[in-house]
Amino acid sequence: MILIQFLKNTVYEVFRGGKLYWSWLGMLMAIVVVGVWHYIHQLQGGLVATGMSDQVSWGFYISNFAFLVGIAASAVLLVIPAYIFHSKDIKQVVMLGEGMAVAALVMALLFVIVDLGRPDRIWHMIPLLGSFNFPISLLAWDIVVLGGYLLLNLAIPFYVHYSQYKGREPNLRAYFPFVVLGMFWAISIHTVTAFLFSANPARPFWHIALLAPRFIASAFVSGPALIIIMLQIIRRMTRYPVNQRIINTTALIMAVAMHINLFFIGTELFTDFYSEGEHAVSIRYLYFGLGGFAALRPWILAALLLNVIAVIILTIHPLRRNTVTLNIACVFAFVGIWLEKGMGLVVPGFIPTPLGEIFEYTPTITEIAISLGIWAVGFLIFTLLAKTTILTELG
Amino acid sequence: MKNKSRRKFLKELGAVGVAAVGSIAAGPAWGGATFQDAFGEFFQQHYQKMTKDEILKALARIERNAKRKYGAKITCENTPPLKNVVFGFALNISKCKGYRDCVQGCVMENNQGRDSQVQYIRVLELNKGDNSLEHAYHYYDPETVPREGKYYLPVQCMQCDNPPCVKACPVNATWKEPDGIVVVDYNWCIGCRYCMAACPYWARHFNWTDPRIPAKEINPITHYLGNRPRPVGVVEKCHFCIQRTRKEKQPACVEACPTGARVFGNLLDPTSEIRYVLENKTVFRLKEELGTEPKFWYFTD
Repeated sequence: MILIQFLKNTVYEVFRGGKLYWSWLGMLMAIVVVGVWHYIHQLQGGLVATGMSDQVSWGFYISNFAFLVGIAASAVLLVIPAYIFHSKDIKQVVMLGEGMAVAALVMALLFVIVDLGRPDRIWHMIPLLGSFNFPISLLAWDIVVLGGYLLLNLAIPFYVHYSQYKGREPNLRAYFPFVVLGMFWAISIHTVTAFLFSANPARPFWHIALLAPRFIASAFVSGPALIIIMLQIIRRMTRYPVNQRIINTTALIMAVAMHINLFFIGTELFTDFYSEGEHAVSIRYLYFGLGGFAALRPWILAALLLNVIAVIILTIHPLRRNTVTLNIACVFAFVGIWLEKGMGLVVPGFIPTPLGEIFEYTPTITEIAISLGIWAVGFLIFTLLAKTTILTELG
Repeated sequence: MKNKSRRKFLKELGAVGVAAVGSIAAGPAWGGATFQDAFGEFFQQHYQKMTKDEILKALARIERNAKRKYGAKITCENTPPLKNVVFGFALNISKCKGYRDCVQGCVMENNQGRDSQVQYIRVLELNKGDNSLEHAYHYYDPETVPREGKYYLPVQCMQCDNPPCVKACPVNATWKEPDGIVVVDYNWCIGCRYCMAACPYWARHFNWTDPRIPAKEINPITHYLGNRPRPVGVVEKCHFCIQRTRKEKQPACVEACPTGARVFGNLLDPTSEIRYVLENKTVFRLKEELGTEPKFWYFTD
């Protein structure tokens, strides 16, 4: 019964807050409502409400999905140093990282659901009840690893908070194995998501061994960028102690990861363009355009520009240590990776089609509104989870 | 095209509203089905897991829904694969003149949505001396075909022996039948479209909108795994006219072709025409290097 009391208390505390807190929640709720309204429209008329076509059969939704799996995976970033280096400062924010993983995972799963033509048949995926093509289908793998990761990241903070609520120090020995499992699992979710794309020889643009390493490297940019901004907001808004050392360490990891990511992009450009053949036709479309079509060019050029500015700031020590420039680097890197890994990766895989047709894609208002709604759901979940964590930690 | 679909959407919204008002008086509208049929459809099992009785019920439901939705009386069959038959296709590109009669014949036979304009066959126009698909013309529209200096290459589902789309599907909604045809259970597909990303031949098509067909144009003889009316939000593709070929008839594209470029038959029958082509002509397959083992060959005179 202490469990019910714990849940009741948590819910009660989570919905207590000042004017600012409530206007933040209210704004997010409003965006969610607009998203739901557009989703109903999409359900009624079919996916024709999107900009997708037989030619470009995945678009904005799956782009956001790929990006968010990276955010979910890199939330472990805070976990690894905490346990390997026994850094006490970082342990405090591990729970926040796990909250972020949960929020990102829910968003990723929602992006898959809104992309489905028949969401009413989602039960077909439930093993035994439906028919689940595991272990052959990579999409089945993705569902398994994402579901498992969600459970892990719910279970660990729940155990820790619940122990603390009961006034007991959580038993590290009991949950440490799960923390270690979570670290490997995090790498696996993003690897499997990369394999989802690279498993297709039909799409030479994706069918490269470098895709999984690229996904991991860029995730270790976008995740930390979000963490750094989030920690600063929490530090400003609450009495929760966030040590500057955590931010410094995270920024350093981000700097290294961005260098690796840009190096990977460079090797790809060299391999494809030095001896340019038909396998390079999608990347040519992406960076230079093809037959007069170049809709994705501004996206990828903006991504490169943002990433390069971010890496310069992150590499120069005084700039990285300065709060203002660091925040600029975080925002640029976050948006840069979102552009590069979302629209810059998913969509060009479809252009041209395997039969050589060039058919372009632009997201519609419906897609953008639904996507914003899902992002708002994510921020909402994170806000509520972070509030729980902060309250428990502060007693 | 976008405008048209939007107008259609508004019209449908209106229809939903009317249905909602009507439902107060005449019982609920479940997407054009009765509650009982909508319920039965929702809980319908995977094709390969259904009992004989369940399949019969599903077929009857499809017939009833077609009556309600299109105002057409159809029969939906479940003809099993023939024994010792594996179907294959060969296409003589010297004979193909790019008329696209096969495309038209296919649409009529297979009940593709007329407004959604799904077509299973794409005829490519290529420059002589060049076989790169990247240089193909997809929407060639001259006064007369064939055009000087061009040749034509129709592409459709190759019914691969090692189909990447089947591997991709997370719910086993698409599979290879014993007669080699790769089929889709339109009642099981969740519409994730991963198979479309996996297909190297761009053979798979999605119902972005609810397919509409005038009642007069509906082909009433249908097969569960073939040309029966499809719902919105699922993937479909060429199935070698399963409703005809399992009854030892030729596919619609073969019958429609005025030049006799298309050869269809049983690969296991040594006396079949397709075996003659494979044994006596120089043949090639598209993207053979991907290991898909297509059962669709091209040849020249």
